[in-house]
Amino acid sequence: MGNRKEILLTGAGGQGLILASIVLAEAAVNDNKNVVQTQSYGPEARGGASMAGVIIDVDTIDYPKVTKPSILLCMNETSFNKYLPKVDTDCTVFVDSTFVKGPFRDDYQIASFPITRTAREELGREVVANMLALGVINAATALIDRHIFRDSIFRLAPGGSGELNQKAFDAGYHLYEQGPEDGIGFSAQTIK
Amino acid sequence: MVRAIERTGFDQKDVVIVSGIGCSSRASGYLNFNTLHTTHGRALAFATGLKMARPELKIFVIMGDGDCSAIGGNHFIHACRRNIDLNAVIINNQIYGMTGGQYSPLTPQGSKASTAPRGTLERPFDILKLARGAGATFGARGTAVQPRQLEQLIARAAAHKGFSVVESLSQCPVAYGRRNNLGGPVEMLKSMKEKSISVEKATAMDENELEGKILTGVHFSIEAPEYAEEYYRTVTAEENH
Amino acid sequence: MPETKPILMQGNEACAEGAINAGVRFFAGYPITPSTEVAELMAAKLPDIGGVFMQMEDEIASMAAVIGASIGGMRAITATSGPGFSLKQENLGFAIMAEIPCVVVNVQRMGPSTGVPTAPSQGDIMQTRWGTHGDHPIIVFSPASVYETYYLTIAAVNLSQKLRQPVVLLLDEVIGHMREKVLIPGGGRLIVEKASDKAPADWKPYDDKGVTPLVPFGFGRYYHVTGLYHDQYGFPTSDPRQVERALDRLHDKLKKYRDEIVLTNYIGHREPKVAIVAYGCTVRSARAVIKKAYWQNRLPVGLLSLQTIWPFPDREIKELAEKADVIIVPELNMGQLVGEVERCACGRAEVIPLNRYDGEMITPDQLVEKMGRWLS
Repeated sequence: MGNRKEILLTGAGGQGLILASIVLAEAAVNDNKNVVQTQSYGPEARGGASMAGVIIDVDTIDYPKVTKPSILLCMNETSFNKYLPKVDTDCTVFVDSTFVKGPFRDDYQIASFPITRTAREELGREVVANMLALGVINAATALIDRHIFRDSIFRLAPGGSGELNQKAFDAGYHLYEQGPEDGIGFSAQTIK
Repeated sequence: MVRAIERTGFDQKDVVIVSGIGCSSRASGYLNFNTLHTTHGRALAFATGLKMARPELKIFVIMGDGDCSAIGGNHFIHACRRNIDLNAVIINNQIYGMTGGQYSPLTPQGSKASTAPRGTLERPFDILKLARGAGATFGARGTAVQPRQLEQLIARAAAHKGFSVVESLSQCPVAYGRRNNLGGPVEMLKSMKEKSISVEKATAMDENELEGKILTGVHFSIEAPEYAEEYYRTVTAEENH
Repeated sequence: MPETKPILMQGNEACAEGAINAGVRFFAGYPITPSTEVAELMAAKLPDIGGVFMQMEDEIASMAAVIGASIGGMRAITATSGPGFSLKQENLGFAIMAEIPCVVVNVQRMGPSTGVPTAPSQGDIMQTRWGTHGDHPIIVFSPASVYETYYLTIAAVNLSQKLRQPVVLLLDEVIGHMREKVLIPGGGRLIVEKASDKAPADWKPYDDKGVTPLVPFGFGRYYHVTGLYHDQYGFPTSDPRQVERALDRLHDKLKKYRDEIVLTNYIGHREPKVAIVAYGCTVRSARAVIKKAYWQNRLPVGLLSLQTIWPFPDREIKELAEKADVIIVPELNMGQLVGEVERCACGRAEVIPLNRYDGEMITPDQLVEKMGRWLS
């Protein structure tokens, strides 16, 4: 199970986390990896808390639910408070500083980036914060070859918004290269 | 009905008789066509699936009053709404006969039934008004005592494209007539004949004169897009050999 | 032949794709969580291939419409969940009695009643067996992965046609909603021929000699279809001899094709001391445990996963009980199939249930705990 990577994307319904998880999962398939994607369903995904899990492995994936995430994304305060205590301290935690403010505990690897703010200010659309977050995560963790995402983004982006979503994904790389706003015990090296 | 089918000139193999459950619905088992005797109240839903799979079939759906308007009421209004080309024939004897005389949604208010020993309090549907309100495009009423007219009405309904309803008033001397002191079968038919009046004649009469009358003939006939035809217009045919 | 390329697919989507590739051209349904995706996909795809999608006024009507379409010669399917499956029971019984092929998908959710609509459960095991009244036979498949969902849907459609017997595909919320990598064979889809009559002149719809393929309505073969006991031409009968023979007939066809119907899969030690019997999403947790215990640690353990739940794989369980000392049966209910396992094990192995009914999956850790001393 050494190759098993579990990614948990959390936030509010409407932030596009389920779509982001599907884009990631499809990219993993195109990268010849095994993958399982699951999500919290029903009323939760409509305005309340939203959660999507992706498991990537070179081996067959049996148990399909995320239990020990190696990567956690928190797109709002509620999800941050709920999921941080559930992960191990070696889990890499990405936080949207637009909604979640530091200072953060230093016993976790937490890095915050102004994900939604950048989507709003640089791309003019908050709705693409999900792809931007995916860009940040992949830039930091090199889960899957960057160029493999393009196909999935274009295929899955709603109603011809492929170009905009690809731009958001690329902006995530740019944002990552500028370094986290706040982050203790975190550097690109530690997780690569 | 069989005479009406003959009159329309439909090929025997293209005709399907679908029925629900009840006295009237056993009819399907006595006819030499492809016949489908379904579950109680669901005849129209079975027929809808069959019509959509094979739009070229001419489908007659025989139902009783309880079958169609109580347990099958939802399917009835939605078949009307879709205006799917099915010919509904409702044999209305105003009672659940097969189970021994319980009141139905078409039992006249005040009538006695085994489940309404003091007379039913419930107001009945006028099934043709219900059909029209729900979107059916053809509605007619006939009686068992005027079979020739009934035959004509069913033939006209069959020729109509869209959902048609023919209400055929019949009598159940055993379960309804006896309990309500309406006499035997002959007396019931006689009274049915006396009360019957054509829709055309009725236009000249006022409400008081129409009280208790059975209005026979075509109540409405409207042109409107038919569901199966509209559906197949939007469908791309599968590439076939 | 197009290349077979791995793709990401959802369980419910695999069900819709499998159905279409098996020649299904008619879907009638009613919206209900967590099965709605099947209907949505059918609504998107069927009109492009000459098929019919109908959103009916209720669950009962959609079951009826599916049977009606099947009598018309279209391969037909419906999908629902718990409460909707309850509503479909009467007409499901009709299809069994009248021997009309159809497939009913039930993506189980947590009951009773409205329950937790979005939570996984395996609470409908006994309902799929005995949901409709009368002493009827039934075939029920339960997939444990997205790919299994795809091929079991195809198997369900084909078996249903061959035996003129309704087949229930019993999914759970986990399998229905999760997405995973699948390899769908290339080669394009089956070309579906229009309804036709290729039967010999002496064809009978309910031939005493055995199941005959259904000749759809509209080809001049005049016969009757009814939920009443019937003779060889479908006409009602209450003659005790004919009634008994007709009920035997329904059960005999499943017995005759038993080996085609009952699908199971075993992994692990040839002579296991302890074995797990699982189905649906619970197989996933069990497999994680058994792979580690057997493949890595060579412990005498095994897993029998059941793709077919009904008719119950009695022979397979008997065989397993001859070898194993203990059989563990994990289920997302208060213990339903475990009773069948006990019946077939017949005291030869100790049968231990592991039940979870809080709307969450059984985890590998829970199984490890239950297997305790056999894993050390």
